[in-house]
Amino acid sequence: MATLEIRDLHVTVEADNATKEILKGVDLTVKQGETHAIMGPNGSGKSTLAYSLAGHPKYTITGGTVTLDGEDVIEMSVDERARAGLFLAMQYPVEVPGVSVSNFLRTSATAIRGEAPKLRTWVKEVKEAMERLNMDPSFAERNVNEGFSGGEKKRHEILQLELLKPKVAILDETDSGLDVDALRVVSEGVNRVRETGEVGTLLITHYTRILRYIKPDHVHVFAGGKIVESGGAELADKLENEGYEAYTKGGASA
Amino acid sequence: MAEAQNLPVGSTTAGAIAVAAEADSTVATRMSAPPSFDVADFPVPNGREEEWRFTPLERLRGLHDGTAVATGTGVKVDVQAPEGVTVETVGRDDARLGRAGTPVDRIAAQAYSAFEQASVVTVPKETALTEPIRIAVHGEGGTAFGHTVVELGAFAEAVVVIDHTGDAVLAANVDYVLGDGAKLTVVSVQDWDDKAVHVAQHNAVVGRDASFKSVVVTFGGDVVRLHPRVNYAGTGGEAELFGLYFTDKGQHQEHRLLVDHNEPHCKSNVVYKGALQGDDAHAVWIGDVLIEARAEGTDTYEMNRNLVLTDGARVDSVPNLEIETGEIVGAGHASATGRFDDEQLFYLMARGIPEYEARRLVVRGFFAELVQQIGVADIEERLLAKIDEELEASVA
Repeated sequence: MATLEIRDLHVTVEADNATKEILKGVDLTVKQGETHAIMGPNGSGKSTLAYSLAGHPKYTITGGTVTLDGEDVIEMSVDERARAGLFLAMQYPVEVPGVSVSNFLRTSATAIRGEAPKLRTWVKEVKEAMERLNMDPSFAERNVNEGFSGGEKKRHEILQLELLKPKVAILDETDSGLDVDALRVVSEGVNRVRETGEVGTLLITHYTRILRYIKPDHVHVFAGGKIVESGGAELADKLENEGYEAYTKGGASA
Repeated sequence: MAEAQNLPVGSTTAGAIAVAAEADSTVATRMSAPPSFDVADFPVPNGREEEWRFTPLERLRGLHDGTAVATGTGVKVDVQAPEGVTVETVGRDDARLGRAGTPVDRIAAQAYSAFEQASVVTVPKETALTEPIRIAVHGEGGTAFGHTVVELGAFAEAVVVIDHTGDAVLAANVDYVLGDGAKLTVVSVQDWDDKAVHVAQHNAVVGRDASFKSVVVTFGGDVVRLHPRVNYAGTGGEAELFGLYFTDKGQHQEHRLLVDHNEPHCKSNVVYKGALQGDDAHAVWIGDVLIEARAEGTDTYEMNRNLVLTDGARVDSVPNLEIETGEIVGAGHASATGRFDDEQLFYLMARGIPEYEARRLVVRGFFAELVQQIGVADIEERLLAKIDEELEASVA
């Protein structure tokens, strides 16, 4: 069973000619089939955790370990991490001009699976996945994220999640900027992947809204660059009622 | 309308649409001298002139100031033509030279004043070729001044591939003369060695109801500066001007286009795309379209797109549309310079795609629609291979 283990992770970022520590000792274990929600106020370091795990060059890991099934993730390049089974659904996916969605998806699937998917079954696979996400077939011919609405970008991220079948999926604020209909469609997509039992999910969010559609097994409160409280789904209800104030006042430094 | 997005540091893009109130066009008047076949009519440029301000004069090896002198074996020209085509080498006094356009700058005039022999390729009227005419221009390290004429009789159809390779300092004029209803596709490939300097003016005169397609592909050379220019000899003519360039470290590649809509009911479509990588890679694109007062029913569009792959490269892109009549079908232009940035690379790599493959995907995608327009299979393949080669060189 695939397991992502994060131990005492420290991460810094360069900003305004100064080195700033954002993550200050994160411990977390995500097993295949589990769903963990990471909730926290803005600026607590949630997205830094997501991007550090994916290997974004902006972040420097200064301490701790990250392993996927015992393999050192920190030593891997960004593409190696993806091929090892890590997936990051991004909050702000970038435009890639001149590259069509269909070409991008196929190139990506070829890289992840280690061989080019058979054309006929692939076309069917993509078509069906797009239908489930209420995406128009013409979407495949558009350039990656170019001119996509907020909802289209998120659907496209979840489409990739469904097609690439990672071991561990990190969803960075996938719910932000979505209206209720889009949120439902996207959540259903995530749930389809979860129901396979093949994926460990790390759901990063500011709001409890998405947790009505995607039920987490574990909820962690993130503040001041680390996890400050962990619990079951009931912790989300507490946050819904009380907000993050208890965690931001006085406690961890900003 | 002009648009600009994601402009890399050090690059410019500017657009202008002018509605000229007077007969004098700014397209013509911002040149430092009127067109002329005689080099003596042009002052030696100092680099501050509008038409020279982007060009590194010191790297032109004397083409601009009269110090460049032709050497005996500068450039070898080999023409392979299918049956039915006439290929001649003629002297300066041949009446068929210089009919498609007049030199607009000192180097084109220098070339016209200095060449000794010209090549004239003629496709007789109503002859439709099934194989391309191939003109190989191979530099052998010398300096040369050239003149080439490609003439299609009425309703003739031909594809011409002009392939520039090797090392040379070359200034040239190329005339394309299209008879009524003729169809000509010209692919000019600048695949020079690193040190070559190539400055040329391409003049096309498009006959009544004729179609001209120009594909300019520039990869090599130290300095390449080309003036593809089109005018019309009757109504109903169409011109498509496509260009691709891949500007590497230290290279200067400059394309200065003019479409002169001097006849009514003609069309033009200009699409140039370039990728740049490496320190001091410099691409210049000037796109002038002039719609003269009598050119009612004109339909024109021009576009320039640049993809900057690394820091240190520079693009200057200037579309310029000048309209002297409002009785037109359409006129527009666009210029945009974007960069392949670290976030794109991260996004693609985060989907398992290795770095080299990610760059290749983006650059091939960027050029794809233009490559498909070429219509000459071996050139398309060579082009894609060349793009891969350029990218591999940058990774290494």
